[in-house]
Amino acid sequence: MLAELPLLSLLIWLPIAGGVIALLLGDERALLKPFALAIAAVTMVLSFGLYIGFDSSTHQMQFVEKAPWIETFKIFYHLGVDGFSMPLIILTTISTLLVVVAAWEVIQHRLSQYLAAFLIMEGLMLAVFSALDAVLFYVFFEAMLIPLFLVIGIWGGPNRVYATIKFFLYTFFGSVFLLLALLYLRHVSDSFAILDFHNVALSLDEQIWLLLAFLIAFAVKVPMWPVHTWLPDAHVEAPTGGSVILAAITLKIGGYGFLRFALPIAPDASLALDWLIIALSLIAVVYIGFVALAQTDLKKLIAYSSIAHMGFVTLGLFIVFDIFANAATGSGAILAIEGAMVQMISHGFISAAMFLAVGVLYDRMHTRDIQAYGGVVNTMPVFAAFAVFFAMANAGLPGTSGFVGEFMVILAAFQANFWFAFLAATTLILGAAYTLWMVKRVFFGEVANDEVQALSDINRREFWMLASLAVIVLLLGVWPEPLLDVMHTSVENLLTQVAQSKL
Amino acid sequence: MFQVPNMLFVLPEMVMLAMACVILLLVAFTGTRQIHWVIGLSQFTLFITALIVVWNMGEGGLTFSGTYIKDNLSDVLKVFVCVINMLVLLYSSRYLKARGLRQGEFYVLAVFSTLGMLIMVSAYHLLTLYLGLELMSLCLYAMVAMQRDSAVATEAAMKYFILGSIASGMLLYGMSIIYGITGSLGINDIALAVAGSVGDDSILSFGIVFLVIGIGFKYGAVPFHMWLPDVYHGAPTAMTLFIAAAPKVAAFAMLIRLLAEGLLDLQHYWQDMLIMLALLSMIIGNIVAIAQSNLKRMLAYSTISHVGFLLMGVLSGTDEGFAASMFYTLIYALMTLGAFGMILLLSRQGFEAENIDDFKGLSDSHPWFALLMLILMFSMAGIPPLAGFYAKLLVIKAAIDVDLLLVALVAVVTSVIGAFYYLRVIKVMYFDKPLVTHRLDAGRPMQIALSVNVLMILLLGLFPGALMQLCSFVFV
Repeated sequence: MLAELPLLSLLIWLPIAGGVIALLLGDERALLKPFALAIAAVTMVLSFGLYIGFDSSTHQMQFVEKAPWIETFKIFYHLGVDGFSMPLIILTTISTLLVVVAAWEVIQHRLSQYLAAFLIMEGLMLAVFSALDAVLFYVFFEAMLIPLFLVIGIWGGPNRVYATIKFFLYTFFGSVFLLLALLYLRHVSDSFAILDFHNVALSLDEQIWLLLAFLIAFAVKVPMWPVHTWLPDAHVEAPTGGSVILAAITLKIGGYGFLRFALPIAPDASLALDWLIIALSLIAVVYIGFVALAQTDLKKLIAYSSIAHMGFVTLGLFIVFDIFANAATGSGAILAIEGAMVQMISHGFISAAMFLAVGVLYDRMHTRDIQAYGGVVNTMPVFAAFAVFFAMANAGLPGTSGFVGEFMVILAAFQANFWFAFLAATTLILGAAYTLWMVKRVFFGEVANDEVQALSDINRREFWMLASLAVIVLLLGVWPEPLLDVMHTSVENLLTQVAQSKL
Repeated sequence: MFQVPNMLFVLPEMVMLAMACVILLLVAFTGTRQIHWVIGLSQFTLFITALIVVWNMGEGGLTFSGTYIKDNLSDVLKVFVCVINMLVLLYSSRYLKARGLRQGEFYVLAVFSTLGMLIMVSAYHLLTLYLGLELMSLCLYAMVAMQRDSAVATEAAMKYFILGSIASGMLLYGMSIIYGITGSLGINDIALAVAGSVGDDSILSFGIVFLVIGIGFKYGAVPFHMWLPDVYHGAPTAMTLFIAAAPKVAAFAMLIRLLAEGLLDLQHYWQDMLIMLALLSMIIGNIVAIAQSNLKRMLAYSTISHVGFLLMGVLSGTDEGFAASMFYTLIYALMTLGAFGMILLLSRQGFEAENIDDFKGLSDSHPWFALLMLILMFSMAGIPPLAGFYAKLLVIKAAIDVDLLLVALVAVVTSVIGAFYYLRVIKVMYFDKPLVTHRLDAGRPMQIALSVNVLMILLLGLFPGALMQLCSFVFV
């Protein structure tokens, strides 16, 4: 019965419809918050249906829906998920639920529009992950910018206008190259289906141009050094919910784009240019790690740590070529891609938790400056326990999900090149340094001032919000098998595509 | 041998002409006393004309000795011209009244100008084409000049008239060269002559240059754009709306008839010229628009950039490209209607909501209309899921399909630059505190029409298939 429901369409359109209704309800209705919560919760439960009904023994697309949309140009409403997109969909639905919960008492101004923006954005993001038609993908990929632009601009901090316009123009600039690449691929393959793009034969020159277009588009989203500068600005100014969605989901769309487009469509160019992406990833890991060390703003620190962590994702995706060159067996390559995927999911949860934790502090103190804090553990012991746990996870402590992905990528990197692994492993030191130093300054020591003295510990709502994330982070840390299991065949399929030259 | 022309093919024009004369007489004898009748009659005329076109759809062909054509292209464009102008008259009514400009003459000029557009759309002979063009343009010049006590409007009218006349002169000169070489004025005969000619056709290219300049002037493509911002800015907003919307649809027909139907075999000449016009228009239009603080001027430069995009479809020289341009033209008209409609909506007696800052904080006082403006701006910037995105998608696709990758690249990069100034309008509406108190004087019909107008953009963004199909159907 589960298989017959158009589950993906439900997942996409339920939150969008819910968002529109929330907009119509207006700020006054008492019904508004329970309604938004119910929509987010139902969507999340439905997304678990994907996991239950998922067949992990095949790399074929599942839950496929296909209907003509623009017949003149053979554009289809074509949805489906595989082992890459399904976990990301669940990540999205969980994050959105948390964002709705986090907004509960905090957002006073235009609440209905706030909730509507996030519900609509949830639908759009789910559509990005499940679209199998290039135009459909691009439409949702771009449409996502609209709610996020408004969220940062309306509910953001003092410098929000600069941040949101910078965010919009950066990502828009990246994505127009994606549009060109997709239209060119249509020109060559005479189809808009993404899976047809995978099979089209392309010369090396064509592949290189396409890869560069993909690189611009997705590197901005990930973001990779040196096009990362919009992210700290956007994070700092965004309201808590905006930061959570930005870090947990939109960054992942960049990584997903590499998986879905760059690697399978342009494998030879990826081979030819992998040094470039590996170099950028390592710069992100090492240099941005040092930059994070120097931050005095809590959100900025987490933003830079996000960039460094996403460096692992791109590193894991593109070291496979060096592994192929060195090792006879493909196990290292599988490790690399799976490590990148795990890192994406885990970073989604951990960064969401970190931003929610900062949000908890910010709601009480209205400052993100590390120096304004000190000794928070004395007044907020329960909260401090959570915060230290998430900080440890962010630093990659074994037993948390943050460790699994990083460790897999570093292990794989050893099979590619010792120095890649060496540089990547510096994150274990750097990550620990900037996170733990931040923890020390904010949470430990004497109570710094009267404001900290007056802090009250987290309430029930905040407790459950953070506790649920802690459980997920811990669970994925000690038992990542369910996650690895669903993506395994998809990863193997990707690797056969990547290994096969298109020339 | 004299043939009786097929009058059925020109029935819409005949009805419109007759009605225009009736309105003229009514205005001449009653002045402004019966203005409601004049407005009603004008709207009725546009409506009934559109209805006749729809009723008469299907069978087509040449009439009046091959100087006039009725085909799918003309039918579809005529319906759109009439509908667009109906909306223009509806939107401008309140604005004109508040400024003492709601006189019968405006409506007479509007109907005659629409007649000119219909003739342009159907013209299949250089002289008929010119006749329609001048009928339309002369009415527009007079319209801009109607606000006699305003120095800015008068200046705009003078500029419009003089530069428009130069453009017409260029166009005529080009036509005469084409005539001199091919020996005919009919579009069909020209196409045959060009196809049959052997040897050196470079003299024809000389004629094409002047044709393209004339078209460029009428469209406002860079480097022939200088009149456009001044006229858009100086003319009363209602007149700006009239100039900006339907005439572009008529100009599109002229472009197609001349270049695509008459001179398709000389595409290697006009393609390069159009590429230059398109690139310059997109670059200059988008960059200069950033510096504008006046919304009307900003929309004028944005129009210039849209013209660049629109030319991109035509210059690809394929049926798909023409259809893409047509789609762009129609979507552009819809967006322009909405954008100037918003200015008209917020303007009232003694207050012109023409500065971007006048929209500050609109989302606090009128969230619904702020949302509509948001949709318009994102659509103009080409962000999905709004209709403006598909318009850009199709013309870029057309260019890529004929391997004009560099043109497509410039197009997308300039559209990013363009996004900035559209975002600024959204920024002042949503992120800033209000400077002025917004009061809406406009009546319910206009508010509803404007809402439907803008929601159409959203609807066409979700389901663009039908209109795309219509556009491709016209060009098969």
